[in-house]
Amino acid sequence: MNRQLLRRVLAERLAAPSIIVLLLIVVCAVLAPVIAPDDPNAQDLLVRLRPPAWLGDGSSAHLLGTDNLGRDILSRLIYGSRVSLFVGLAVAAISGTIGAVIGIVAGFRRGWIDRVLMRLADVQLAFPSILLALAVVAFFGNGLWVVIIVLGVTNWVAYARVARSSVLSLRERDFVLEARAIGVGPIMIMRRHLLPNVLAPLLTIATLNVASAIIVESALSFLGLGVPADIPTWGSMLADGQLYLGTSWWIAVFPGCALMITALAINITGDAIRDATDPKAYRR
Amino acid sequence: MTTLETTDPEPTDPEPTPVLLTVDDLRVDFAASTGTVHAVRGVSWQLRSGRTLAIVGESGSGKSTVAASILRLNPQPPARYPSGSITFEGTDLLHASEEELRAVRGDAISMIFQDPMSSLNPTTRVGAQVAEVLRRHRGGKRRAYREAMLSALRSAGIDDPERRAAQCPHQLSGGLRQRVMIAMALIADPQLLIADEPTTALDVTVQAQILDVLVELQRRKGMALLLITHDLGVVADVADDVVVMRAGEIVERGTVEDVLTQPEHEYTQRLLASTPRLRDDRAQVTR
Repeated sequence: MNRQLLRRVLAERLAAPSIIVLLLIVVCAVLAPVIAPDDPNAQDLLVRLRPPAWLGDGSSAHLLGTDNLGRDILSRLIYGSRVSLFVGLAVAAISGTIGAVIGIVAGFRRGWIDRVLMRLADVQLAFPSILLALAVVAFFGNGLWVVIIVLGVTNWVAYARVARSSVLSLRERDFVLEARAIGVGPIMIMRRHLLPNVLAPLLTIATLNVASAIIVESALSFLGLGVPADIPTWGSMLADGQLYLGTSWWIAVFPGCALMITALAINITGDAIRDATDPKAYRR
Repeated sequence: MTTLETTDPEPTDPEPTPVLLTVDDLRVDFAASTGTVHAVRGVSWQLRSGRTLAIVGESGSGKSTVAASILRLNPQPPARYPSGSITFEGTDLLHASEEELRAVRGDAISMIFQDPMSSLNPTTRVGAQVAEVLRRHRGGKRRAYREAMLSALRSAGIDDPERRAAQCPHQLSGGLRQRVMIAMALIADPQLLIADEPTTALDVTVQAQILDVLVELQRRKGMALLLITHDLGVVADVADDVVVMRAGEIVERGTVEDVLTQPEHEYTQRLLASTPRLRDDRAQVTR
């Protein structure tokens, strides 16, 4: 069944190249110390603001050029993928867990529990998560985990709504009644019978959530409220580059491209998973 | 398949078996937006161990609601039980705690539902689902019950149980899934099996096979069977006693012979008249 699903995902347009791009990014992140040509934080003011190797006075020592402190852009880009991927996946894991639990409980128990939890979701949705992130970071100071936790606890609403609506229809199905008829308690019904059946749509949301979390993290880093300065991230590289956009465009353009390509690849993969798991959207 | 003659009561008065389940003045209401629906209005009957009681009636007569009330599976709300008791081995199931009920469900009393296509969890292999019943009631690891699971599948008439146990529900036919449901219902050796329209969703040849399996297992295990159906042919084949329900009330009751050959109530007569007379034709074919 899973092999069949994989085949259907790969049959979606652009899914295969997107997945390959994602795998490359993952390899970059994992093997960063091995493949990065330089220390991402090593400054060399003698070679500051060097253009990429294929332009005028670029050199092969710095393939994508250097920034205003003479740090190697390619190395920072490779190390930056670690932060981006980690933030994206951790945020999706945290908010997915919270959302799945809240959604399944709300849909299964109905009644006042459902009403309270869904009003909570409305409140959460009415409050822009980036604003909340700004407020929390401003209060607690910036750090990788602060960013992850803030984004994690503010992104659960989409998961909860989808899980709840799936559970509302699943709970009326006979296999849930059958589970009760063999003596399974409510917690085990939610865990063993409902959760596995709502995982596919939640996975789709998770892919989109990874991409949006990466972008929000970059935005926070761009504003100087994300990850501390000694950890290279794509967002802080963008921020560094904006002052030099007129003269040394490569400082900002390469992390911008990396960000865009990563988010695009994740979104296309998420779309492909959604289409492959939705029988109505499946064309072949 | 058994015939009408063989299921008749013994000519000599048999020793009556002890009463296993007593339903007394059961009432079930459903709260609806337009008011309260009285789905079951004061129903009483007894089921002796080892016997088969069929509850027949048209759609909406309340027969499935009665069956679901025994294990209190009607969704609450909207269901309410304003009066009555359901006594099983000295315990009033209608007023038992949720924990007490959970201990009974699937162990002493189990249930088979109408639609085998939707009664199995689509994401779990069938062997695991069957073994889960024993794990719930006996504890320990599911793997410890592999042998019991395979033999339950085998006695439900599944060939090659090792292969089937490793499959997911969508890989099985409707008949096979209903056999899996039977294996699940009987693996814990219940004293009472409630079968709510167990053959309705299946095609005719498979219906007969499933009924045969049920009757054979009932004989072998000596359990009581509560059969909910609208199919009087099935009743004639399987049941000892019959309760006819209409609009939430019992309109007639008696042994299968009395009710089917000398129906007293007009509703039973019409119910019988509405059944296609296929039995004579089938007798000729099988002769």
